Amino acid sequence: MQNRFKPTSRALAASAAILIAAGSAAACGGARAGDETAAAESCVDTSGDTIKVGALNSLSGTMAISETTVNDAIHLAVDEINAAGGVMDKQIELVDEDGASEPTVFAEKAEKLIREDCVASVFGGWTSASRKAMLPVFEDNDSLLYYPVQYEGLEASENIFYTGATTNQQIIPALDYLAETGVKSIYLVGSDYVFPRTANAIINAYAAAHDIEVLGEDYVQLGGVDFSTIVQQVNASGADAVFNTLNGDSNVAFFREYSNVGLTAEEMPVMSVSIAEEEVGGIGVENIEGQLAAWNYYQTVESDVNSTFVEAFKAAYGADRVTSDPMEAAYNSVYLWAATVEKAESFAVADIQANADGVSFESPEGTVVIDGDNHHVAKTARIGEIQSDGLLYTVWESEGPIEPDPFLEGYDWAADLTVTE
Amino acid sequence: MDMLVGQLLTGLSTGSILLLAALGLSLTYGQMGVINMAHGEFIMAGCYTAYVTQQVIGDAGVSLLIALPIGFLVGGLMGFILEALLIRRLYHRPLDTLLVTFGVGLILQQVARDSFGAQAVNVSVPEFLRGGVDILGTTLPKTRLFIMALAIVAVTAVTLVLRFTPAGRRIRAVVGNRDLAETAGISTRKVDAATFFIGSGLAGIAGVALTLIGSTSPTTGQSYLVDAFLVVVAGGMGRIKGAVIAAVALGTLQAVFETNSTASLAKVGVFIVIVVFLQLRPQGLFTLRTRSLA
Amino acid sequence: MSAVSKFFQSKFGIWSGFAGAAVALFGIMPLLLSGFRLGLFAQFLCYAIVAVGIGLAWGRGGMLTLGQGVYFGMGAYLMAMHLKMADAEFRNGPGAVPDFMELAGIRSLPAYWAPFASPVFTIAAILILPTAFAVLLGLAVFKRRVKGAYFAILSQALAGAFAILLIGQQSLGGFNGISRFQYFFGYTINDPVNQQMLYFIVAAVLLAVVALSLQLRRSRYGELLVAVRDSEERVRFLGYDSANIKVVAYAVAALLASIAGALFVPVVGIISPASIGIVPSIMFILGVAIGGRASLLGPVIGALAVAWAQTTLSEQFPSAWTYAQGLLFIVVIALLPGGIASIPALAKRFRFKNNAEAVEATA
Repeated sequence: MQNRFKPTSRALAASAAILIAAGSAAACGGARAGDETAAAESCVDTSGDTIKVGALNSLSGTMAISETTVNDAIHLAVDEINAAGGVMDKQIELVDEDGASEPTVFAEKAEKLIREDCVASVFGGWTSASRKAMLPVFEDNDSLLYYPVQYEGLEASENIFYTGATTNQQIIPALDYLAETGVKSIYLVGSDYVFPRTANAIINAYAAAHDIEVLGEDYVQLGGVDFSTIVQQVNASGADAVFNTLNGDSNVAFFREYSNVGLTAEEMPVMSVSIAEEEVGGIGVENIEGQLAAWNYYQTVESDVNSTFVEAFKAAYGADRVTSDPMEAAYNSVYLWAATVEKAESFAVADIQANADGVSFESPEGTVVIDGDNHHVAKTARIGEIQSDGLLYTVWESEGPIEPDPFLEGYDWAADLTVTE
Repeated sequence: MDMLVGQLLTGLSTGSILLLAALGLSLTYGQMGVINMAHGEFIMAGCYTAYVTQQVIGDAGVSLLIALPIGFLVGGLMGFILEALLIRRLYHRPLDTLLVTFGVGLILQQVARDSFGAQAVNVSVPEFLRGGVDILGTTLPKTRLFIMALAIVAVTAVTLVLRFTPAGRRIRAVVGNRDLAETAGISTRKVDAATFFIGSGLAGIAGVALTLIGSTSPTTGQSYLVDAFLVVVAGGMGRIKGAVIAAVALGTLQAVFETNSTASLAKVGVFIVIVVFLQLRPQGLFTLRTRSLA
Repeated sequence: MSAVSKFFQSKFGIWSGFAGAAVALFGIMPLLLSGFRLGLFAQFLCYAIVAVGIGLAWGRGGMLTLGQGVYFGMGAYLMAMHLKMADAEFRNGPGAVPDFMELAGIRSLPAYWAPFASPVFTIAAILILPTAFAVLLGLAVFKRRVKGAYFAILSQALAGAFAILLIGQQSLGGFNGISRFQYFFGYTINDPVNQQMLYFIVAAVLLAVVALSLQLRRSRYGELLVAVRDSEERVRFLGYDSANIKVVAYAVAALLASIAGALFVPVVGIISPASIGIVPSIMFILGVAIGGRASLLGPVIGALAVAWAQTTLSEQFPSAWTYAQGLLFIVVIALLPGGIASIPALAKRFRFKNNAEAVEATA
């Protein structure tokens, strides 16, 4: 038998061991748990005529469909602010990065924007996964993220401003609306990730307290397209309404199957929280006409600010484009940041955090106001109905902006859900 | 009882979708041992064919019937070109073919994204396929019945072609023993090209049909591909019979698992069943007995 | 054989090769790259560790594993569980529930999490669990002589099923995965010195892994593995159990992927099902194919090159990068199956052929 361990390999093993030891020894200088670490030094350059900010959206991958529209809205807001003279007399310089629909890439690019491009703040993110991935980066580097999408709540980071709806500005109004219209039983259908699961936990608690029966709760993996079993169960359950938290392509397959088995909005309405103007085209209006959605903004909101916004957007990106809630929230976020900077007279993170409370903006959806405690914004809730032109029309709206309550502390029935940090 | 019938019907319907997606794959894989990862993108091409046809013609019913043969041609031609340009050079390197065709799939997806946009497009369902039919207490959408019928027609057509036409005889001869067939004067090269054309064409037809129930977007093909491969693996190489039984079995299994747990766990359950099944029959449901050692 | 390659196969050559690599990794790179770029490079090195394993299983053993994401994910999740436990313990005392679970409404620690409070247990689990799983699956598959394309498809389906399974586990963070780590075995992760330390550890592991791979290749086992790849039947006729030989290579590849995953977590700060499904798994293959699947350093260089190209090119041309990826798969595998590593040999053959023609012409 040949000698298995040649001298070279034994030597190599030894050298590898030495290298690992050396590597570990290099660690001795580092901070240990409990040590005070100095906050990362900010490299933002405020001396010139311009100020850099970052836009971090998925320009490729599965989420590009939705996130490119948000990127367009951010660009529109920046261009408008620049045309009006900029922020504190500085022109905004926007640095685009592609999150590529992957949480790890979001974390990596966020760090690049902060540490290499030295941006004053970042606008972007869509999925909860991307936000969760970026959160530690913004906290560790003490920088700011403006996150423009409705989400599952239960979060309030010092370093993030949430300009989309939290649960009490979207899901609870939607449930109130259903209860008001006499719905006594519902069926829950969602994609398998954190937003639908949290939303359904809230819905279950709400239903228990409001005498509504939950007849079923089903999850499909993200991107799943086979709904035969689920739609059959929904049909057999005879529920008064369906609460839909599906995301992306799954909505297309779900609504096709739904209308193909002969279910209609009159018979069993579907309340959706992830279908906006953009998605209706792919689903096909004929499959979804008359169904409901819950958001804070629709293209059809009647106000002068909104018609100016829609016109400006169409002028910039084409007459066939539509505007949607996340786009509007992203557009608002740039203005809210600019207003806070003007108020604080500083681009520094600490100054923005200290001056954010009460900053408001006359946005296309109405007045939005930043809550300095939880970094969310007060927003008006709207229930919309999808009509034959593919747009959503408001059928109900809250009386004025609803104060954000990400941990649902103001709702007795949600006591078991809330987690205080 | 109703529940059971419902699950069985759903299983049949899911199975026929799997079968449509897997039929062409079973043919090309069985014939040449080629794993075509771009098969999913051929399905997607079928979907977009349906979309474009509908844009041109307008009437959903007429355009669906016209799109079916056009989809066959589009898928078939893409397959034919792929075979001539790349796969032909890679026989005897099946794993490399897998990776090369994966690359082709990536490119086709991006082409679709750049020409039709990343957003899903809508293909309307014709009036006569709207609504459902009550069968033993379960409502089955007419679109699914149509797909079942189409799957049956496709399987029958492929079986008839393989059994009774000269081209089919040549294909079967090459599947049985490539060298012997070549010695007997059959041009295996032509047979390969023809098989690939038919197999990819079937993907095109599947794509057209799947617009009735699913979404049409650049990533549509991917959602069917892995399941389709599992059907082929479980059914056994190159056996249409095996593919049919495996597709229906997997569809039913999926429906039963899904009713009793969640859709996500159902996928995992199906995978475990297949691994266990391969322990019993490593070559799939039906094996072609050859004298090859490999 | 050229003088250069002869030199690198001598004992002295191997030594100097390793010394050179060590100087580059430990001395030059930290000077050349900013803290952020060095972190990114550490992430690339993690991919390179996976690539070494794939090079062994696929390049030497002929097993196309399209499911390395499974083992990468196992290592990553096991490490993430420990880091989360340690963070929670530091903040709220022993037995505390990690922050993301509180948000998911999980009030008491799931039983299977408890042992991961121990660093020793965690490291043992990272080394043993994926390897054992690979051995079991390998035995199940290879003993029944499932191979080639069947094996590739099965391993791919496994990656898909594993990702779906993880998405459904709220106690493992579901679709969002696990993120937000503060401490790495007691050291603050958000500290430049410690981040450099992490990089050194990853680099040292990569060198060790390459040394292990070299040793395996040169051993009798390495020769048997190649024999199985080239003609499994003959090896069997010679009285060897080819399945066992394959299982070992598959298990080693799994082990390396698991180690890489475990290092990936503190370096990148997040692990989620999106990093381990079907597509990420097949992307691991791309680097290996480009570098040269059967060579020692090819997979490492290929993995680094692909990761680097992905980061820089996708910054500028997101859509063009997808085309480039597709083309790379096609061109490299169809035309250059030996990868970059085979270029010198090809060039030599080409020159030799030209010389031969020249000789003939003069004769």
